[in-house]
Amino acid sequence: MKIARMVAIVVVSLITLISMGGSLLPGFDYIRQDRKHFSEGPSYEHWLGTDAVGRDRLARLIHGTRVSLLLAPAAAGISVVLAFVVGAAPGFAGGVTERMAKAIIDLALSLPWFFLLLMVRAMLPLNTSPAVSAAITFSVLGLLGWGVPARILLARARRLRQSEFVALARAGGVSHRRLFGVHVLPNLLPVMTAQFWIAVPVFILAEANLSLLGLGVAEPLPSLGGLLRDLESGLSVRSDLCNFAALFVLVVMVSSLQVAFMKHEVS
Amino acid sequence: MSLWRTLAKRLIMAVIVILVGGFLSAVLVRYAPGFGTDERQLDARLSAESLQAIRDESSAERGIASYYVEWLRKMLRGGLGDSRSMQKPVAQLLMERSGITLRIVAESLAIAWMVALFLVAATWSTHSAPLEKTCTTASGLLLCLPAGAVALLLILLNAPGYLALVAVVFPKVHRYLSDLVGATGRMSHILAARAKGISEHRLLLWHVIPAIRREILALGGVSIALALNAAIPVEALCGIPGIGQLAWQSALARDLPVLISVSLLVIAFTVLANSGADLLADERRQPA
Repeated sequence: MKIARMVAIVVVSLITLISMGGSLLPGFDYIRQDRKHFSEGPSYEHWLGTDAVGRDRLARLIHGTRVSLLLAPAAAGISVVLAFVVGAAPGFAGGVTERMAKAIIDLALSLPWFFLLLMVRAMLPLNTSPAVSAAITFSVLGLLGWGVPARILLARARRLRQSEFVALARAGGVSHRRLFGVHVLPNLLPVMTAQFWIAVPVFILAEANLSLLGLGVAEPLPSLGGLLRDLESGLSVRSDLCNFAALFVLVVMVSSLQVAFMKHEVS
Repeated sequence: MSLWRTLAKRLIMAVIVILVGGFLSAVLVRYAPGFGTDERQLDARLSAESLQAIRDESSAERGIASYYVEWLRKMLRGGLGDSRSMQKPVAQLLMERSGITLRIVAESLAIAWMVALFLVAATWSTHSAPLEKTCTTASGLLLCLPAGAVALLLILLNAPGYLALVAVVFPKVHRYLSDLVGATGRMSHILAARAKGISEHRLLLWHVIPAIRREILALGGVSIALALNAAIPVEALCGIPGIGQLAWQSALARDLPVLISVSLLVIAFTVLANSGADLLADERRQPA
């Protein structure tokens, strides 16, 4: 498993490097339309061909990967912070606060979040700019995805509250704030990191599903999910293997993220 | 705690979650940035009176608490209002479509669970490392595919759309089950039973599965929620006229009465499935 994890880390790093570096190169403009080449296969000018309106697929893939790689971790960050507020803090406080937090988390976990996500995303004004739509899509993902990490953080914080070293520190006169900041927080950080890395691929996949329904990141800004819509047009217009490039990158990236950070899942 | 008391407690909790969930979904829709904008207002053919009527229609939905209370009152009288975009009573739309979704969800859950159970049992009985690695890789790969992309690939292969739901549910069920069975298989009483020469089939059926029945039941509840969530992209992309497609179409049309009804229905399914699974798994009611 060590080798698999190393390979996965190398793959994730390579994809990140190419998407971040490639998107800065002048030749990779994701909006520029080549009006002589619509829906064409690979050529010297367009290595992965062009889409239905003549845009370079490789440029869009590189930019789309960058959008997903930048915004999914941001959404994961939002969800972990919320999970900390709703789960970890009440879990350490105990009593009524903990019971209330548990009820809220149970309620959140009972709701079909994809339905709610779909509704909120569909309600955005039609003239929302692509960058704002991307930011809102991922923010909503972060705002709705805190249930599972919150339950895990609550359980861990409660266990820490009941642990011997915390009881000893409390008996030694350590203040509540210092106890939380100095003794409990460092023990919660590995769990928060684990939840962060688990959430990143989940949010990339959720955005892909939303984009496939036309409710993800708005055109012309590409995202990995938005590029999957090429598959749909490929079914009716012309199918070549380059239609699957975005799907291939998505699967490689998500699986590599899962393998690379598998170690964290057990913490 | 007596059975009736447990049942009553869970039922009350389920009703509270359903009502709060419905209200929450209405609030989310109401406070989404584009609420109240209606594409019909851009239609140049409409007269000033018609445009005013459209504005009045959406202004009635602005006070979300009063709208939700009114909607609940209507629901108790047996009506759910009319769909603005589909020009049909919401109750009729739900009746027409929920059967289709329930059927494909039931079929896909049955297939996903049977395949997952069969593979876990085969891996347990044969102790085959290649089989275990193949199953783990396959389920890991499926976990990396969005449900919508699986649906599109199935269209490409001319396969039925509900198989996409199988592809969503199977990897999670398989992975969790194989982890559970693996962890239970390492417990001392299982090792002792194996050392005494009890067959692998008997070990699995009489010692491992009873030990993890609560987790299996809980996973059953979770898998229903998984399938219902995946039904939206699958039905929308495969053209299956179920609840998922209705949710998608009404979300695109910003049809609040349909959205609230659909979300309440899905929340009710999810909550009842989870509560049912919890109730069956409740150890406190099991005879000693």
